[in-house]
Amino acid sequence: MCKKYATGPESGPESDPHPSPSPLWRAFFCMCEMQGQACGVKGKDVRLIIATIKPFKLEEVREALTGIGVRGMMVTEIKGFGSQSGHTEIYRGAEYAVNFVPKVKLELVVPAGMADQVVETIAGTAKTGKIGDGKIFVLDVAQAMRVRTGETNEDAI
Amino acid sequence: MNLIKTLAPAAALIALPQLGLAQEAAPEGAAAAQTQFILNSLLFLVGGFLVFWMAAGFAMLEAGLVRSKNVTMQLTKNMGLFSLAAIMYWLIGYNIMYPGDGNWIIEGVFGTIGPKDIKSDIDAGGYSNASDFFFQLMFCATTASIVSGTMAERVKLWPFLAFVVVLTGVIYPTEASWQWGGGWLSQIGFADFAGSTLVHATGGFAALAGALVLGPRIGKYAKDGRVVPIPGSNLALATLGTFILWLGWFGFNGGSQLAMGTLEDADAVAQIFANTNMAAAAGAVAAMVLTQVMYGKTDLTMVLNGALAGLVSITAEPLAPSLFQALIIGGIGGVIAVFTVPMLDRMRIDDVVGAIPVHLIAGFWGTFIVAWTNDEASFVTQIIGFAAIGAFVFVVSYVVFMILKATVGLRVGEEEEINGLDMAELGMEAYPEFAKG
Repeated sequence: MCKKYATGPESGPESDPHPSPSPLWRAFFCMCEMQGQACGVKGKDVRLIIATIKPFKLEEVREALTGIGVRGMMVTEIKGFGSQSGHTEIYRGAEYAVNFVPKVKLELVVPAGMADQVVETIAGTAKTGKIGDGKIFVLDVAQAMRVRTGETNEDAI
Repeated sequence: MNLIKTLAPAAALIALPQLGLAQEAAPEGAAAAQTQFILNSLLFLVGGFLVFWMAAGFAMLEAGLVRSKNVTMQLTKNMGLFSLAAIMYWLIGYNIMYPGDGNWIIEGVFGTIGPKDIKSDIDAGGYSNASDFFFQLMFCATTASIVSGTMAERVKLWPFLAFVVVLTGVIYPTEASWQWGGGWLSQIGFADFAGSTLVHATGGFAALAGALVLGPRIGKYAKDGRVVPIPGSNLALATLGTFILWLGWFGFNGGSQLAMGTLEDADAVAQIFANTNMAAAAGAVAAMVLTQVMYGKTDLTMVLNGALAGLVSITAEPLAPSLFQALIIGGIGGVIAVFTVPMLDRMRIDDVVGAIPVHLIAGFWGTFIVAWTNDEASFVTQIIGFAAIGAFVFVVSYVVFMILKATVGLRVGEEEEINGLDMAELGMEAYPEFAKG
């Protein structure tokens, strides 16, 4: 039971936010942990969404995400290559390859139940239809904690 | 120029009491001579501090065109070289360059040794002796500034400064004495008004020697022969530096009229200002259009080089040309910069800021074309003068660099170069922003 609960997406319909485990459940999960088994109740609560998008789309994506109730995100300017690969530029008469293309990386930690909506919103807003629009990854988060209060997991978001 | 306009009546006022006192004893000419003395000295002083400001221009241009890990070092070198030039030019430079009649150690070739004295002979012939020294000193420092840009990002601090001592104490004063000190080049009719050859090509030749001895930066030329561009850290600083140089050049060329006490001289200074400005603008526009046409995008760093190449081109003769001729001369200077920057790369001579195209090659163009607008110059003599100074400066610089390389070493180690000279040689960064609160 514990193991099954831990495996994530297929364990329950996405539309149904996972209810906070009762004290009894908590005790049970802790026993699982003590037995050295993977115990995924935390992973089931919270998802990490990593998205790489075109830099000029950042503001539009941010507005769309706050519009659906996202309350925080981390943004990093990155460079990388994918199927878009690079292009060439000229500096002082010498041609050079730009092997890494600038992108913006978004990292959002959201309640699992919101994950699909967030993914759809990012995909819908960041899409230009041209090569290099980016990618989105969804990961389980083992644990989340708000530093100020010590709240964990979904409460910490 | 506004300053000069407002100060001219003031100068006349100062002279007035003497005018009254001397009315009976001396002719009015005495007051006129004093006014001339004041205005001539003022031209030297204003010109001098404008040329001084070019040191800031070079520092900003170079700081912007090196990578951020080498910015502190580049600034340090610029402070060091200017200050050393100031001391060396006093200690031996000035008297090697201006020995005066009968004082040459080798007549017309090498002047006299000794520190410059500004307390005696205050009136050096219609201007203040000290104002002349101050003005000439700045040209010496400019020559050294040119070298540091080319050799950036890989040369050690102290060996570089040791070269600056030789350059500003001996090399520059010697070749400049051949022309401005009344030496052999001036006697055969060479013409270089403000120093396309004497200052700029000299700096360029020393830079060329340095670049050859040093070798290119790690990673600049790939094994398969490709040129790998190394973009600079801050084009805003590079642009500010270029505008500062442009401003300073008014003093460089205008001050080289050496007199402003008569209507003719005042007008000449004004014409020089206008021509100097025109040549810079033409060089910038030429580079802007040319890079757009050749590469599909305008390259700002080339536009900066183009403006400076225009300035160098007009420096050998900023007075004789009409504005249209100044436009042609400066514009071709800009074209030269755009074509010779990649040419040097093909020759695997790594010139970080483009000083060799701008100062040496445009310097040749400016020196050569003097004969177009100045009837007293000839193309042949211009080439002889340029070649003589170029050969002398290049050979002596090359030897000095080789000696430094063999003794104390000229270049930092591979790891130091990759980590950046700021941390390796100085232990401080220009932009220490990460995790320092």
